[in-house]
Amino acid sequence: MANKIPRVVVREQDPKLRAANFEEVCYGYNEEEALLEATRCLNCKNPRCVAACPVNINIPEFIHHLTEGNIRAAADTIHVDSSLPSICGRVCPQESQCEGSCVLGIKGEAVAIGKLERFVGDWSLDHSAEVEGLKIEKNGKRVAVVGSGPAGLACASDLAKMGYEVDVFEALHRLGGVLSYGIPEFRLPKDRVVAREINEVKKLGVKFETDVIIGRTMTIDALLDAEGYDAVFVGSGAGLPRFMGIPGENLNGVLSANEFLTRVNLMGAWDPEHSDTPVYVGRKVVVVGGGNVAMDAVRTAKRLGAEAVIVYRRGEAELPARKEEVHHAKEEGIEFRMLTNPTEILGTEDGWVKGLNCVEMELGEPDASGRRSPQEKAGSDFVIDCDVVIMALGTSPNPLIASTTGGLNINRRGCIEADEVGTTSREGVFAGGDAVTGAATVILAMGAGRKAAKAIDEYIKSK
Amino acid sequence: MFKIVAKRQLAEQIFEMKIAAERVARAALPGQFVIVRANEGGERIPLTIADYDVEAGTVTIVTQTIGMSTRKICALNVGDSLADFAGPLGRPSEFVHMPLEELKSRKYLFVAGGVGTAPVYPQVKWLHEHGVECDVIIGAKTKDMLIYIDEMSKVGNVHIATDDGTEGFKGMVTGLMKELVETEGRKYDECVCIGPMIMMKFVCLTTKPWELMTTVSLNALMVDGTGMCGACRVSVGGKTLFTCVDGPEFDGHQVDFDEAMRRQAMYKNQERKANEEHKCNCYGK
Repeated sequence: MANKIPRVVVREQDPKLRAANFEEVCYGYNEEEALLEATRCLNCKNPRCVAACPVNINIPEFIHHLTEGNIRAAADTIHVDSSLPSICGRVCPQESQCEGSCVLGIKGEAVAIGKLERFVGDWSLDHSAEVEGLKIEKNGKRVAVVGSGPAGLACASDLAKMGYEVDVFEALHRLGGVLSYGIPEFRLPKDRVVAREINEVKKLGVKFETDVIIGRTMTIDALLDAEGYDAVFVGSGAGLPRFMGIPGENLNGVLSANEFLTRVNLMGAWDPEHSDTPVYVGRKVVVVGGGNVAMDAVRTAKRLGAEAVIVYRRGEAELPARKEEVHHAKEEGIEFRMLTNPTEILGTEDGWVKGLNCVEMELGEPDASGRRSPQEKAGSDFVIDCDVVIMALGTSPNPLIASTTGGLNINRRGCIEADEVGTTSREGVFAGGDAVTGAATVILAMGAGRKAAKAIDEYIKSK
Repeated sequence: MFKIVAKRQLAEQIFEMKIAAERVARAALPGQFVIVRANEGGERIPLTIADYDVEAGTVTIVTQTIGMSTRKICALNVGDSLADFAGPLGRPSEFVHMPLEELKSRKYLFVAGGVGTAPVYPQVKWLHEHGVECDVIIGAKTKDMLIYIDEMSKVGNVHIATDDGTEGFKGMVTGLMKELVETEGRKYDECVCIGPMIMMKFVCLTTKPWELMTTVSLNALMVDGTGMCGACRVSVGGKTLFTCVDGPEFDGHQVDFDEAMRRQAMYKNQERKANEEHKCNCYGK
């Protein structure tokens, strides 16, 4: 019988302190807390959480192992379906997935599945539990993986376990894709989590090469022909930033969230002692958008010392960001201007941002998608004074691979066309993650990478 | 890590390096650039490719020490390595895709300024190797700042301009252009200009009334160089484009140079501060 105690509160860094540093916000559960929280799970016969997980982790089973204090068994259960639990436990939108469908959540609080997954994932990294004792028989076949983000990592590690020789090509100088350049240190520590998770993949024998831009340095055609790979997986992500197309967008001080976060995360501009890359926040930063990337950007700007504001055209209920990120942002003193839409960025005489002209919005009737579409309130123009405007409006896939690979079809949104398991229009080429779906989540990308690994295995065996 | 296999000084503050980067050398075409990071913690900076040798597996870059990052690159010596050398990036010059017959009938005028002379070289060399001879104007402040004169002379018809008249034509490259086109009556189908932003602006103003199509190669600020950040946004014909993936070469008559120059100076204050704080030992070795 499940324990009827309230959800174990996770320890977090004090909001006032953390708003000025880049250390992780959430400390996570220790063993005692995790084992206690695990006792809350009802171990449902028909677990809705499993169905709501994009990769269908057997959640009741791993939690049950925890109640028995068997963390290794819990790790084994998770690893059947997920290769990045330390990461997903931190960045998955649990409230709309596993925890959102937890029976306990109907009347009270859902089991803290994400925090438990994180605990098991971190324990697993500390004990190298996934790869320890794994015996891999090489099958002599070679697969190239394009991109070292969540999709590529998951695909590479599964293929390596099946005995494939896997080479991962990364365009940037550091591995991890969006885990490295996009998600900030305070939400996903780079050395303690991302690098160690990648290190586990390396232990499986996967080789990584940085500074290789597929489509430029080498083409997919060359990988399949001259380089002799039996198959290629494309997990190149969705890295191309969108802008609004309003006047003033090329003023100095307007940047994409991608640029801002890349400067700070990938290039380390938050730590000027060890980085030559500059970043400019001025006195006040406005971030336009309401997704996780917008939250990451606004909280980063705050930590760099600026007054930081979110401007979003819909209402708070419509914010696409994880609830936890919105909550954390508010605790840290971020101002939220909802139902507000920028119409023009105002500049000084010498071309620097001095303000953002906005209009107030109101929600109209639900549109075809069921979402209430925002409409401008006539005559409601007003100006927010600011020095920097960051556009966090989403990203699209980079056209480089599609445009340099013969016979690879893309859709209207620039995404690579692929089926459920990653098969593309080009034989031997598989794809998954944001490159196929457009910007989505780490867990979906990871799931796609794993499905593609299976499909690649079947494809090569059938050749 | 990418080893420096050769290094020589071309002028005060201008250094040429050959980098062992086999794959980049194999894939490189005229007009493309690389992203270079000198060391861990260093900036990613874009440098236009000055030459490439498929057999030797090397790529040549020419760097002028204008800030901390370029100084760090130039302080490295033969046997040292660059942390990162990624490329080739950007679209190649348009002529590499042209039918050879059409190309052979075209007359090109290249205008190179200062360190921008280096990226002009692989273009003129490529055209020379494909049977197209070009006029090349090389400009610099003074004789000692001229680079790549010998190399360029082997592949194109070089005309020199120096501001102070210490070599060749006395005056700006635009003056020499006028001499060739207006005085000598030379006809061209296209002008390709690479140099400081301000020079490219004035070259475009010069060629505009001649209705001479002018291609420029922009050296915008970049972080990743692969289309991810948008730091290199430039207005071309009223449209916002990314220098890294849509360029770096654009129709110069459509480029908003004033905006491009302003955007290039985005981090000037911070760079100045970094330069002052940087304890320079670059020339100590």
